[in-house]
Amino acid sequence: MKTMQQDEKWDTILRPRSGLFVFPWRDVLRYRDLLYMFVKRDVVIIYKQTVLGPVWFFIQPILTTVIYIVVFGGIAGISTDGVPKALFYSAGIVVWNYFSESLTLTSRTFTDNANLFGKVYFPRIIVPIAKVLSGLLKFFVQFLFFVVVMVVYLLKGTPIQMHYHIIYFPLLILLMAGLGLGIGIVFTSMTAKYRDLTFLIQFGVTLMMYATPVIYPLSSVPEKYKSYILLNPVTPIVEGFRYAFMGAGSWSWGGLAYTACFMVVVLFLGMVTFSKVEKTFIDNV
Amino acid sequence: MSTVIEVDNLGKLYRLGEISTGTLSHDLKRWWAKTRGKEDPYAKIGSVNDRTKRAVDNEYVWAVRNMSFQIRQGDIVGVIGKNGAGKSTLLKILSRITAPSVGEVKIKGRVASLLEVGTGFHAEMTGRENIYMNGTVLGMRRHEIDRKFDEIVDFAGVAKYVDTPVKRYSSGMMVRLGFAVAAFLEPEILIVDEVLAVGDAEFQKKAIGKMQEVSRGDGRTVLFVSHSMPSIKTLCKSCIILGQGQLEYQGDTTTAVEKYLNLNVDSISEFPAILDRETLRRNLDGVKDGTSPFLTLRQVSILNGEGKPTSSFTSKESISIKFDFDIHFVAPDFRIVISVVDNDNNAILNSQLTDSAVHENTIRPGSYSAICHFPKDFFATNTYMLTLHLINVKKEHYVYNGVVKFKVQYENPKYVYAPFDLTYFRPQLEWELMKKSDDEK
Repeated sequence: MKTMQQDEKWDTILRPRSGLFVFPWRDVLRYRDLLYMFVKRDVVIIYKQTVLGPVWFFIQPILTTVIYIVVFGGIAGISTDGVPKALFYSAGIVVWNYFSESLTLTSRTFTDNANLFGKVYFPRIIVPIAKVLSGLLKFFVQFLFFVVVMVVYLLKGTPIQMHYHIIYFPLLILLMAGLGLGIGIVFTSMTAKYRDLTFLIQFGVTLMMYATPVIYPLSSVPEKYKSYILLNPVTPIVEGFRYAFMGAGSWSWGGLAYTACFMVVVLFLGMVTFSKVEKTFIDNV
Repeated sequence: MSTVIEVDNLGKLYRLGEISTGTLSHDLKRWWAKTRGKEDPYAKIGSVNDRTKRAVDNEYVWAVRNMSFQIRQGDIVGVIGKNGAGKSTLLKILSRITAPSVGEVKIKGRVASLLEVGTGFHAEMTGRENIYMNGTVLGMRRHEIDRKFDEIVDFAGVAKYVDTPVKRYSSGMMVRLGFAVAAFLEPEILIVDEVLAVGDAEFQKKAIGKMQEVSRGDGRTVLFVSHSMPSIKTLCKSCIILGQGQLEYQGDTTTAVEKYLNLNVDSISEFPAILDRETLRRNLDGVKDGTSPFLTLRQVSILNGEGKPTSSFTSKESISIKFDFDIHFVAPDFRIVISVVDNDNNAILNSQLTDSAVHENTIRPGSYSAICHFPKDFFATNTYMLTLHLINVKKEHYVYNGVVKFKVQYENPKYVYAPFDLTYFRPQLEWELMKKSDDEK
């Protein structure tokens, strides 16, 4: 009997938490329809739960842009690199929003889904991936707002210098998504252990925005701070986005390579901690 | 048939007591302890709980320990055991919700677990959307659901409301919809945790039928956890019994159910046959309008026909409940009431001292014994709880809720279908059978 079983092939072997990290490709592939349903749910819920539905997608960046124009552009008088204020801020906001939402939503994976995770198995990593994907849909809607602003300026005859770097737009999106996901899952693994970190994330993300050239151009940063701002992996993305679409900002392959490396490292770290936490997280709920 | 689940020396360790909220400050404390060279001895366990230095002081408990068994393809296996026997933990490990602490489980084929009906349902989404949501959460592919969609809706009987948000559904409809999705899963192994308990009787029957179909038709394996021996008997070919986190028995259902019920009767340690004054005082629930107590209840004992204290009976024995008490003042209208109560503490039978009416209602100071006799052939196979009332009418009312507990095993020399004996009462009633003619009509 014993020898016979050794010849048999097992599909799943459950063991105590092992040190080795293997990304569950096979499982994720098997549950890809669940990923689709999670994304669909996020979209459907926004339609159904709010009075204005997807209109919120527009209201939020419009209002933020107006406030920024008044406060940072008007009152504080921060330079916008010679680009119309509305265009400058809306670009920054649209890009930053996607990154920050990906981060905060994925960082709540365990706390928001404790109930579901306690009842059924599926590869947990699907949840943060779904959040990043549904965030992408929202990003495209907001990007549309940015395009509208741009078209308005173009019709008014404002010279806007676009660059061929626009073809790298998908790369920028990929970097944003990867960064948001990576940092998010590192944090969710940590908040599963330390609930008090949730507060840190909330204001951490807000603070991080000020360390990113969202409301100011990198060119106006004093030399002594510049290197710090450049350490921020989101900086090359925001700058690159502005450069590609309106000629302001700068395009730095070095910076983007740095961002890519940062993303790979943080994603790997995130996956490792996430896979460790997911196995026993439910015991502490 | 080949083995589809092999459990080998499985164990799961949990920490009892105050589970810390998981704050950074606690971990810093542990770190501090470590830097001073005080190693947390439980750190190796791999539980995320191991975060404070004080962990040493906390109590750890094996929810499952040294468990090894195999399950063959196509079996419907019942998992039985008392609360805390480790059933849920075992299921959680098998369904990959939590990882074991030691040992391993080898599984062949897809596992779908049904620990809850309608997992992943979202109130705002329609029935249709939720079928897809729930189905994919349970591991189905969308095209599978497409194919079975009409059957699912039919089985649940919600055809008219399939495009209504489920928040408008009745709870019964939700349950039916949830179970319908699960019933059409096609995993090689299905794990079901008492979910049948939620539906109405008719639906339960339908669900059990569907489960049997599933296992018979395609050689699928089902693990079914339940406290309901009738369901276990109708559904399962074999059973495993768990007790205190360990495997106590694996084998055919009839033996298992008998063993389990006997097991219950045998564990008299839980149920003291004699309740002393201190125990009684702790269980006293209400003294109404009492200024100075008119009575002291010294002892309550459960006795068998020979007057020996015990809390485990067969239905062929009579059961006596004896009260020893002192009366301090004259009570003009004195009553003792015994109620047999169910798990929700609802009385399902009452009996009064005055029913026998051999004494006056007035009771004078002194030391007394009162005995209530339950006849033999009265109880069924079950655990019984009695609530005691001692009343000085309109003055004082002592209630001891569910304080007396005993177990009865129904016995009948002739063969009796066990599920029918799992009621509360099984008295011997007069039956008549008359033959009217030799011809059939």
